[in-house]
Amino acid sequence: MSHHIVEVKQLRHVYPDSTVALAEVSFRIHHGESVAIIGANGAGKSTLLLHLNGYLAPTSGEIRIGDFPLTRQTLPEIRRTVGMVFQDPDDQLFMPTVFDDVAFGPLNLGFTQEQAGERVREVLAQVGAVHLLDKPPYHLSGGEKKRVAIATVLSMSPDILVMDEPTSGLDPFSRRQLIGLLRDFQHTRIFTSHDLDMVLELCERTIVLHQGAVRADGPTGEIFRDEALLAECRLEKPLSMQGCLLCGRKQ
Amino acid sequence: MRSIEGAVIEFKQLDLLANGNTALHRLDARAKVLATLFFILAVVSFDRYALAPLFPFFLYPVVLASAGNLPLRFIAARIGVVIPFAVLVGLFNPLFDRGILLQLGPFPISGGMVSFASIIVRAVLTVGAAVCLLGLTGFVAVCQALERLGAPRAFTVQLLFLYRYIFVLAEEASRVSRARTLRSFGRQGLGLASFGPLVGHLLVRTWLRAERIHMAMLARGFRGEFHTRQVSRFGGLELAYLLIWSALFLLLRFAAPGQWLGGFLLEFFP
Repeated sequence: MSHHIVEVKQLRHVYPDSTVALAEVSFRIHHGESVAIIGANGAGKSTLLLHLNGYLAPTSGEIRIGDFPLTRQTLPEIRRTVGMVFQDPDDQLFMPTVFDDVAFGPLNLGFTQEQAGERVREVLAQVGAVHLLDKPPYHLSGGEKKRVAIATVLSMSPDILVMDEPTSGLDPFSRRQLIGLLRDFQHTRIFTSHDLDMVLELCERTIVLHQGAVRADGPTGEIFRDEALLAECRLEKPLSMQGCLLCGRKQ
Repeated sequence: MRSIEGAVIEFKQLDLLANGNTALHRLDARAKVLATLFFILAVVSFDRYALAPLFPFFLYPVVLASAGNLPLRFIAARIGVVIPFAVLVGLFNPLFDRGILLQLGPFPISGGMVSFASIIVRAVLTVGAAVCLLGLTGFVAVCQALERLGAPRAFTVQLLFLYRYIFVLAEEASRVSRARTLRSFGRQGLGLASFGPLVGHLLVRTWLRAERIHMAMLARGFRGEFHTRQVSRFGGLELAYLLIWSALFLLLRFAAPGQWLGGFLLEFFP
């Protein structure tokens, strides 16, 4: 199905203070791909993500999600198709209880209370958080918040998952749990992250942004072996590719 | 001074109490909200010098607290937070209103002292009832009840958001204030000069967060309407609860059974 394709053509975004956040970005992401967008702070990652579900409008250029160009008319449909998980779960969990939060999307899509309730249980089971159903979000731990935030998006059955820094602020166990969870998804996945080891595990393809433009786009393994490229873009090899830290032996 | 963090923790405790499962907890929130509203109306509608007729009203918070398993010490502590404000309100009554109202043995009691005491008792009663209501119902259910009773949606939604993000804001504020304390070495830390930008920072952060929340809402198909779960219903039990309490409040308000009972006793046991 061509539904899950994300195509960005010569996207340019200039903020009102005339900062050029994205100079010219083009790429095409296919159905079922898992893609990382990496780059230094200020490279334009967040700005790019905010375009993908229409929160920011391009200064010039075009975005197509599936068969539709992103316009005011297609916005509601595109927001259902593209599930966006924010970096800070406190921004995403705004309802009084976990149940209400996960049901928020489905109810907005016109589900009945019963259908929504069913869906809520289903997706909470998927992320292993059914026991949190009636808890208010501020009583949850960081890892729990993250999983519930993902559930709030899954509940709308998106075709494309976009996640901003999914592993930031998680303890190693929660991070491992989350990576396991994300690996099992069949959706088209787009991540931004500074956690390059996670990128190595989850994404077969990596796009490197540098100063608002695509500097490299290719298989993750190849990109992480190109030390000159990484250094130029203020990045470095994932720890797991750096050889043994104790004895210094290269892999 | 109590720390911001401490206040947040206490607030969360109140919220956790509402997870109890007594008969009172299970009652539809609307019955409890209305009963408390009538209670407050009855208490504040007394004449400014009324003192004795107020005391029977303690029945309401005491019954709620004991039937709902709310720890009395906890409630007393919450009331204690508000009392200084009531004292401030009534502070000048004894100074301005010096007319002698009654004579207690050798001590003349002025009208101002009576009205001062009346203000304090009313504050204890109303705040106590409100804390009991929150402890039995939870803030969210109270808001939803208000909405189902006809309060404007914009108002209740604002309250819900306020409640949800007061925790986040308080945590942010306490982090900022901790950072300031750690670098001011026991002194005032530039006093007001640093306080202004600090509050400004918090405001800007709140603004940015509000934008992100709005984004999250739009991303999930928000079109200006809130759907929340409505499980409980207003049945016979709720009606009985409301009628019994309102009848009692009316009786205590207008029939002054305390005086009546006193007169009755004096007649038979002179």
